[in-house]
Amino acid sequence: METTVASPPAPAADSINDSLSPNDLAGLTAILAKYPAEKRFSLAILQDLQRQFNYIPEGAMQLVKEHVGTTVGQLYALATFYKALSLAPKGQHIIKLCDGTACHMRGANNLVGEVGRILNIAPGERTEDGLFSLELVNCVGSCALAPVLIIDETYYGKVTMEQLPSIINEYRQPTGGETDE
Amino acid sequence: MSKANASQSAPARQLLICCGTGCLANKAAAVAEALEAAIQAAGANAVVQPDALQLKRTGCNGFCENGPIVKIHPDDVSYYKVKPEHAEAIIASIGGEPYQALLYRGDDKQPVTRQQDNPFYAPQHKVALRNIGQIDPLAIEDYLTSGGYQALRKALAMPPARIIEEVIASGLRGRGGAGFPTGIKWQTCAGYQPTPKYVVCNGDEGDPGAFMDRSILEGDPHSVVEGLTIAALAIGAERGFFYIRDEYGLALHNVQAAIQAATAAGYLGDDILGSGRKLHLEIVRGGGAFVCGESTALMASIEGKVGEPRAKYVRSAERGLWDMPTVLNNVETLANIPYIIANGGAAYAKLGTEGSKGTKVFSLVGKVNRTGLVEVEMGATLRHLIYDIGGGIKRNRPFKAVQTGGPSGGCIPAEMLDLAVDFDSLTAKGAMMGSGGMIVMDDHDCMVEVARYYVNFLSEESCGKCTPCREGLRQMLRILTDITEGRGQQGDIELLERLANTIKDASLCALGKSAPNPVLSTIKHFRAEYEAHINEHSCPAGVCSALCVYTIAAESCTSCSACKRACPLGIISGEKGVPYSIDSERCIACGSCRDACRFDAVRPIKKERQVVAS
Repeated sequence: METTVASPPAPAADSINDSLSPNDLAGLTAILAKYPAEKRFSLAILQDLQRQFNYIPEGAMQLVKEHVGTTVGQLYALATFYKALSLAPKGQHIIKLCDGTACHMRGANNLVGEVGRILNIAPGERTEDGLFSLELVNCVGSCALAPVLIIDETYYGKVTMEQLPSIINEYRQPTGGETDE
Repeated sequence: MSKANASQSAPARQLLICCGTGCLANKAAAVAEALEAAIQAAGANAVVQPDALQLKRTGCNGFCENGPIVKIHPDDVSYYKVKPEHAEAIIASIGGEPYQALLYRGDDKQPVTRQQDNPFYAPQHKVALRNIGQIDPLAIEDYLTSGGYQALRKALAMPPARIIEEVIASGLRGRGGAGFPTGIKWQTCAGYQPTPKYVVCNGDEGDPGAFMDRSILEGDPHSVVEGLTIAALAIGAERGFFYIRDEYGLALHNVQAAIQAATAAGYLGDDILGSGRKLHLEIVRGGGAFVCGESTALMASIEGKVGEPRAKYVRSAERGLWDMPTVLNNVETLANIPYIIANGGAAYAKLGTEGSKGTKVFSLVGKVNRTGLVEVEMGATLRHLIYDIGGGIKRNRPFKAVQTGGPSGGCIPAEMLDLAVDFDSLTAKGAMMGSGGMIVMDDHDCMVEVARYYVNFLSEESCGKCTPCREGLRQMLRILTDITEGRGQQGDIELLERLANTIKDASLCALGKSAPNPVLSTIKHFRAEYEAHINEHSCPAGVCSALCVYTIAAESCTSCSACKRACPLGIISGEKGVPYSIDSERCIACGSCRDACRFDAVRPIKKERQVVAS
């Protein structure tokens, strides 16, 4: 099984992989190499793929299937069941707005509207330039800081609507989303 | 993070900086760096020499709203809302007078130096949270110094049946929500012969408003590892799993580090402390599905399947993970285990009430003055939690209800403030303990909207296996949305009740069975509010934006401009000496102005009824 994974994509017959660049394929191979060939690692592998590609590329499914010994159908079942996984590409920066109870009570829905206005997207969508995705998430367990906004891994607590433009702008800098104030 | 060398004696003084997720969001990492720099800068001139000071990054102190928190031991000084620029002053104050500006000020505005005098901490009784905020979660030597892994040593010398007896004697019940007696669960599983057996720690904390498991996994991961190891000894398992939400990055990291450190130190692995017993633990990351907090769904997820619950004619203790006997316990439950084994079940059973022993961690959030993570003895009253520890309702507004038990819990009204909280009392009132979320609401919260919010959450999170849950919740959501948007009809309340009862009766798992609780409990205690929405198209709490707009009462307005600054649309106008006014045509009733007003001048009024398209 390892050899199938490591071998370069076959020239013509195997068209499934052609959506993956050699670079992507190397990334995928590295992820698969981390996990023994057991079905129970399907979810973990898909999570790693999600992290690397910001979605689950169709071409990757076939190789995951072969590695863990499952069916593509079962992988799709996982990819559509678990919220952390997505079949459509997500933005470079993922903005998560917590809509847990405490955040909801403290006006999370106003923040949703405001972020939507700034970026011109609704929850679940990606900006045209591919820079941002907006997601509504359920409680992230930081209720004492409600309302909470998370961009990538950085938490912003007690966020007000006035702060939103400058928070989002931090991630528009060419250097990326460093937030060392 | 942990540079402490176990062979050296610990420095005389410790600076404990809280690096829980809450404090990190408030820039605790920068504070820690500034403190380190200040220690070095003070150098030889300092009253306390740098090598006599140890800076330690701890887990969550639970009082996140006032973070970052810095504590100095053994001086017993606690500072709150510390910023990097305070570092020098803090270091300079060590050994002398505490730095006044950062001390907590309680209800009487007097500065409080010691944590145990702080009104938020004073009434608490910490068992599950015993080490959190005191130790560096990444330093196993810190855990060992505070008595860690002593319970495991003790358990290794006990026959499994004796371990189980202690846990049964403690009266410990599962902290994840269902409240099943932990010792009985272990005993049942130990009674089954087939091997391999498994132990699982449920760290898929998904209830909105609850973060105790996260805090424990982040701040004291070894206590959970030790608890899970003792469970494995009791039932005879050699493999175990942590199932932790993928969103809990710090928890995942700290648990992984704890497993590695414990394995390296011989507390896990092929030969635990030379006893010949073995246990291997691994972490499975959750995929972001609320239903995976349900034990059978969680196990399916570990197996690499879609996380759907199964019927429990056969309990997991008999056939769980890969159809083998499995014990699954919640994080907080497991964190209690080392305490119980070390001190004896009887000592634990002295705490709490008749039917619910020990302590419980609650996340007290919402409209209280002091929000955070609190641990109290079972049987504490809601009034004690909300008014003594929580410091009462923000801005002295009237208390309206507290929602307990997560999305499938219920709302408890003001009349029941003196209810002693334990598993049984809450269930009797139509709410439940759940995992311990406590969301406090005031008169600005609309109970119909609250019910709609929870049903929306649950209908999204329903795995779809059982039709009554999948379709019934959708229909309930549709009806509730109609009510909150002014399209409610006569008979809606009764229809909701009928749907609720069907979902309760005909769903497989606890998620479906308890999903109607928020609706049933709000109908029971706040029926008049539903009726006002339906009959008068008005929202008495002034929340439902389709039904109300805001206006400023001229006689109460001091023209302080707080509302104007809060308004996201900039549609409030006015000037000094003249009452402010809101452009009601454009008002979206977001409530920002009302929350900002300290004079109660902003009031909701009923919106002129327009034809609302459905």
